[in-house]
Amino acid sequence: MSGWTTVFNKEVKENFRDRRVILTSLVLGPLLGPALLVIMFVLMADSTSKRLDEPLELPVAGQQYAPNLVAYLLQQGVIIEDAPADPGAAILARDKDVVLRIPESFIEQWEGGQPAVLEVIVDESRQHVALTSKRLRQLLDTYSQQLGILRLHLRGVSSQVLSPVMIKTVDLSTATSRAAMILAFLPYILMIGAFIGGMHMAIDATAGEKERKSLEPLLINSVPRWQIMAGKLMATSFFAGLSVLLTILAFRFMVQFLPTDMLGVSIEITTAMVIGMLIVLMPMAILASAFLTILASFAKTFREANSYMGLVTLIPMIPSFYLMINPVKAETWMMAVPLLSQNVLIHELIRGEQVSMLWYLLAAGTTLGLGLVLAAVAATLYNRPRVIFTSE
Amino acid sequence: MIVIENLKKSFGKVEAVRGVSFKAEDGQITGLLGPNGAGKTTTLRMLYTLLKPDSGTILIDGMDPHQEPIEVKRKLGVVPDSRGLYTRLSARENIRYFGQLHGVNKKVLEERIEKLADILDMQDFIDRRTEGFSQGQRVKVAIARAMIHQPQTILLDEPTNGLDVMTTRALRKYLLGLKQAGHCVVLSTHIMQEVAALCDHIVIIADGDIAAEGNAEELLQQSGCDSLEDAFVELIGSAEGLLS
Repeated sequence: MSGWTTVFNKEVKENFRDRRVILTSLVLGPLLGPALLVIMFVLMADSTSKRLDEPLELPVAGQQYAPNLVAYLLQQGVIIEDAPADPGAAILARDKDVVLRIPESFIEQWEGGQPAVLEVIVDESRQHVALTSKRLRQLLDTYSQQLGILRLHLRGVSSQVLSPVMIKTVDLSTATSRAAMILAFLPYILMIGAFIGGMHMAIDATAGEKERKSLEPLLINSVPRWQIMAGKLMATSFFAGLSVLLTILAFRFMVQFLPTDMLGVSIEITTAMVIGMLIVLMPMAILASAFLTILASFAKTFREANSYMGLVTLIPMIPSFYLMINPVKAETWMMAVPLLSQNVLIHELIRGEQVSMLWYLLAAGTTLGLGLVLAAVAATLYNRPRVIFTSE
Repeated sequence: MIVIENLKKSFGKVEAVRGVSFKAEDGQITGLLGPNGAGKTTTLRMLYTLLKPDSGTILIDGMDPHQEPIEVKRKLGVVPDSRGLYTRLSARENIRYFGQLHGVNKKVLEERIEKLADILDMQDFIDRRTEGFSQGQRVKVAIARAMIHQPQTILLDEPTNGLDVMTTRALRKYLLGLKQAGHCVVLSTHIMQEVAALCDHIVIIADGDIAAEGNAEELLQQSGCDSLEDAFVELIGSAEGLLS
């Protein structure tokens, strides 16, 4: 058995004996991300359907100025409530979502044949109110249109005059691609899996070894130092990869329980998709491991290393955020950028698109390449006394 | 056999070792005596390849540890100042790990572990995880894993630090056994009793430099004192950092 396999075997065995670590990195970690996605999904489906089905409760101020409109709203199933004395304050205090105010001037404008002003009082920055306010606006638009058409008919003009253009949207999104929109965070969750899975091993094998004062004796064995580091890196990559694999499988399992019909989307994780994701993510596991190992090697204690790791988990979030704010079409150059390429490719995969071999190769190649460069850097670290000794 | 000539090492502006030369023969126990911070650990670290000297030469059985580190480490058994164990592994697994790293054949390795467990009186705890081991138990495991590849030369940095009387006596007996078997044993210490009881050759280091060298008798002559303890204090110039 060569030096690095001995180190690898020992590190893996030792880490598996730490139940708390196994629980967090291989059980809770892989379950938590997919579970969060599922919960998000269920909540989204639930609140959308609830607010569409529920009757609209609408406080209306100045009902006496437009009895016709009120009658129309009642007819549409709206439950009319009396408006609070100060509608603005009620909205800001979040007592009400939307208030319709009919000003006194309504009668005068109405009778004069001018556009009569109606006020929809709402706080648009409150997200969940958007649906209610949209429903109300649709009702009011329909009312306005119907009356307009009536008035034209009275004057003997065809209502078609009002619609010189008719807009028809042809939505080509498929149920699968709509699902991908909702799953925008899946790439992040999978990548963070690599970091969380490798993190403890990386710290334990480097800073941990220094803290428990076993690094110096270890390096006195007749094995080249780079082999010792290589064994440690392999062990870290092993746990990072295992965590990614478990996260994917957990997600595939949980997807079955998603209320996809309710949102009119379909998500299916086929075996081919799992393999595609693994090809995309395994080089990522190696890159993450090398990066974590370098970082942890410079720390003197477990605590110090841990405090760096908190920041590291934010790194894979960068491309996810970038793509959320600035959704762009997948292009070949993106495949050469580690983290971004994984993000884009996993998106393509869950959208059900065919990913070209070139893209796979390019993404896996560049990520693996960078990972190996970092691994080579890590392998030289044990030639530096500063990394070996806590004090001199 | 170890031959060191004019060894120097600085960390920034601090000259930790400035021109140390000595010889450690096979079949002898050589003691490096000096107060804490005298440069003993730095000298040993240069011997066991983890620190590169600024200048000077080291030859261990005719080889330079910085030219042929792997070969030299195969001949060295080291119990360094840091003797951390892997707490989630048993004592046996800790020793086995180092044996595997040295490339010791599986069957031979298991036999040697058994033998070392007998010699060092470790049978009670050899299969227990090392979490919560006493200082004495930990030192025994550290010695066993340093000896697993049967090295010719043994370096020990403050081996009796924190040990109780019983374990210290057992350790001394073990080292004397190694000497009789023809090994070259080098140990560093700041305890005067230890050198007096164990060492054939004594190298007194103070402030990164050799203050005196020789066997007990020669040191007594050099200092003109009646007892070894007085001689040490006289030769170093102060009793600070030493233990009787």
